[in-house]
Amino acid sequence: MTGKEFYIDNFKIFQEKLNGESKSFLNEIRKDALKSLSELEFPTNKVEDWKYTNVTPILKQNFVPAVNASVPKITEKEIQSYLFQDFDCHLLVFINGLYSEELSIVGQLPKGAVAGSLRNLTKENPELLSKYLNKISITDNAFNALNTAYALDGLVVVVPDGIIIEKPIQVLYLNTNDKENVLSLPRNLVVAGKNSQVSIVANYRGAGEKIYFSNIITEVFADENSIVDLCKIQNETDDSFHIEKVQAIQKKNSVFNHYNITFGGSITRNDINSRLDGENIETHYYGLYMVNGKQHVDNHTFVDHAKPNCMSNEVYKGILDDSSRGVFNGKIIVRRDAQKTNAYQQNETILLSNKATIDTKPQLEIFADDVKCSHGATVGHLDETSEFYIRSRGVPQELAKSMLIRAFANDVIETVKIDPLKEQINHMIFEHLHRVEIKTE
Amino acid sequence: MNEVKEISKENNSKGIKPVEETSDDMKMLDDLTSSEYKWGFVTDIESETAAKGLNEEVVRMISKKKNEPEWMTEWRLKAFRHWLKMEEPTWPNVHYPKIDFQNISYYSAPVQKPKLNSLDEVDPELLKTFEKLGIPLEEQKLLSGVAVDAVFDSVSVATTFKASLNEKGIIFCSVSDAVKDHPELVKKYLGSVVPYTDNYYAALNAAVFSDGSFVFIPKGVRCPMELSTYFRINSMDTGQFERTLIIAEEESYVSYLEGCTAPIRDNNQLHAAVVELVALDEAEIKYSTVQNWYPGNKEGKGGIYNFVTKRGACRGNHSKISWTQVETGSAITWKYPSCILQGDYSVGEFYSVAVTNNMQQADTGTKMIHLGKHTKSTVVSKGISAGRSNNSYRGLIKIGKNAEGARNYTQCDSMLMGDRCGAHTFPYIEVENESSKVEHEATTSKIGEDQIYYLNQRGIGTEDAVNLIVNGFCKEVFKELPMEFAVEAQKLLAISLEGSVG
Repeated sequence: MTGKEFYIDNFKIFQEKLNGESKSFLNEIRKDALKSLSELEFPTNKVEDWKYTNVTPILKQNFVPAVNASVPKITEKEIQSYLFQDFDCHLLVFINGLYSEELSIVGQLPKGAVAGSLRNLTKENPELLSKYLNKISITDNAFNALNTAYALDGLVVVVPDGIIIEKPIQVLYLNTNDKENVLSLPRNLVVAGKNSQVSIVANYRGAGEKIYFSNIITEVFADENSIVDLCKIQNETDDSFHIEKVQAIQKKNSVFNHYNITFGGSITRNDINSRLDGENIETHYYGLYMVNGKQHVDNHTFVDHAKPNCMSNEVYKGILDDSSRGVFNGKIIVRRDAQKTNAYQQNETILLSNKATIDTKPQLEIFADDVKCSHGATVGHLDETSEFYIRSRGVPQELAKSMLIRAFANDVIETVKIDPLKEQINHMIFEHLHRVEIKTE
Repeated sequence: MNEVKEISKENNSKGIKPVEETSDDMKMLDDLTSSEYKWGFVTDIESETAAKGLNEEVVRMISKKKNEPEWMTEWRLKAFRHWLKMEEPTWPNVHYPKIDFQNISYYSAPVQKPKLNSLDEVDPELLKTFEKLGIPLEEQKLLSGVAVDAVFDSVSVATTFKASLNEKGIIFCSVSDAVKDHPELVKKYLGSVVPYTDNYYAALNAAVFSDGSFVFIPKGVRCPMELSTYFRINSMDTGQFERTLIIAEEESYVSYLEGCTAPIRDNNQLHAAVVELVALDEAEIKYSTVQNWYPGNKEGKGGIYNFVTKRGACRGNHSKISWTQVETGSAITWKYPSCILQGDYSVGEFYSVAVTNNMQQADTGTKMIHLGKHTKSTVVSKGISAGRSNNSYRGLIKIGKNAEGARNYTQCDSMLMGDRCGAHTFPYIEVENESSKVEHEATTSKIGEDQIYYLNQRGIGTEDAVNLIVNGFCKEVFKELPMEFAVEAQKLLAISLEGSVG
């Protein structure tokens, strides 16, 4: 029994484990999703959106849904080693996608603001959740259906009108299990009310002897005049699988900044979609993928300009080493009503090895005439003349290369708003690519 | 007696103006973008047309009509059998009702004497038609210096300058003549770049193609004049399936032009051509197209479906293939002139202007497949959409594993005129070699009010200003066209977008 049947079959065990929670509104959503899971197929290379990403290695394995699997023991000290340090934050910890009360340090939040676990809030405040949950994301494929069918836990952040959460919320998603191959299914929801502001650092890490599969859905609702920063840093183990779909809806005057930084994962696939459903909206996508070995990273972004006077900007940069493979597909639609739209998109990739490959497809579909849209894509290697210039100043070759890598990545890193985070990401680049590190004072 | 009739042009430009337009500029733009097709007349000429429908018998009949040898008939049948197994592709960004392939006549030819020795024997009606289209068929127009092969409906009717080209060893004739006279060349190259298994329409073409041009430039010869084919669809309910094959041997050069028109008809007609180019070591082929099939009327009724497979193979080292196209006609254009860069240091180029107006749809672009070392390609695509049309650029840049030091530069710009049209880009970039460099740039904009204002201020009327700006936008491509063609293309652009401005 593989893939789909296995997950459909395990649903019964999952339902028994729920023990009373199965009466919630969420269970209706789960049952619908299970139905679509049985109807939908996992995407193949024949599907245009999955043309360059073969998911067979994921489907060959059977991953046990985290709630059905054994629970690993993690100490607070271990947690510390995975965290981003040196800045004040509200901390939430999820182990294999399930919230860990004892390891989290949420601290004091402004009045009315919520930062917690989906599982707890389903019991405590179902009215609030039912207003947004599964209303933003649409099930496109079997992976989405799988997440929704098993939706149990995940991050929920709700910021009421007029509230600003000053400190960033750091969320550690740690996947680890030494006994079984685990399926981790965080289901995240971020709701920012009118005139509110929130910044989230999503920190995906992995450990343990067994491989795992993270299949995530994140829904974001940004109401009028709100500002939402979502910074995802994925540094999971190199043999694990990671699929996330982010679906955002933005209202008038809102700003949504999404950072997508990928280091780990054997197969990584990100779908970042925004619908700009109001005027004067700003959307920024920043992406960085730094992979090596046999890693495969696929980023699909989609900006849907539905209303006039909006602006979107996208910068995705990648460095591919060894026999890694990168895929980028950036789609921008400007609908008939969306006059005066400014939409920019840039994808740059550097190949460090002659076995690395990149498939990139920046795509524009424009139906309005008074717009300014552009996209650019480049693929190349580290510039020899620049390297020669640096080396002629007495810098060793390896360090010169590191300097060029660092300079290349800087376009994305400098946009991160939390300064200590920038340095830690820089460090991760060199650590992951096994390159000489440049120390900055 | 035969007569050339002029079909009265429907004049409904006033009827479709959008109600919501406000400014004078908009009005002007609309006036400019609603003009008429000028090549829409029908030549009343006696022609032999096959009954509608497609089966093995029809394929055999076409082959027999052309007195083809056995191997050719077999090749056609193989292609036909393969076609039956294929499915009509649906991936392009165009929409049209399903084509009934049994409702098309696959062969139509003007009745003529079995063998023509000189142009005097060509039906004078035909000559008149081409004269009307401005095609220099008569040899007295030596000054124009262009050798022409004219294809009327499905068959080649006349080829000029044959003799003078023969002296240099250049073969320029119809494909059917080539099958008879140079079977070894045809056997070697036909289907070697676009095999009949390539795609749905290439298979269909291989099965039923009726004629086309054949060019062979021997080693070391620089073709002294532009070679040109003029395609004309005349009969009703026929499909036109021609096949062009150009072979340039080592160190040779040829520049080839292609032009097309069709009469105004209410129903859609299918044109599915195949063009194959082969360039050996240090050879260069320049292929220019001005495509002006009937685009249909303002409501999108009628027009040609132009589904074409064009591909060139740079087989030799240092070879070069350059495609230049100006696409103004057709209800639906769907074609991707491509280059397979096999030889080391080979070069592929693609320059395109695609204009869509009213209800036209275009999905066009190129494929550059880099296989050899240090191969280079340049893609410049300019799309202009007006009215309610949709214009897509779809391109593939593929750098193979061994294409060391390969280089590509792509630029695709779109211009939108009016708020009901669409401009789309679907560029695919696949790179498997780290020493290569690929750049892609795309922009979309409309004609700036400030640009028009600036020109107005200098005493240039809005009509001329728009013309000037559009021409400037396309200049990069026009400069690649041979001189005579560049002038024609500019005129065509002006006419397809505008009314009176020339």
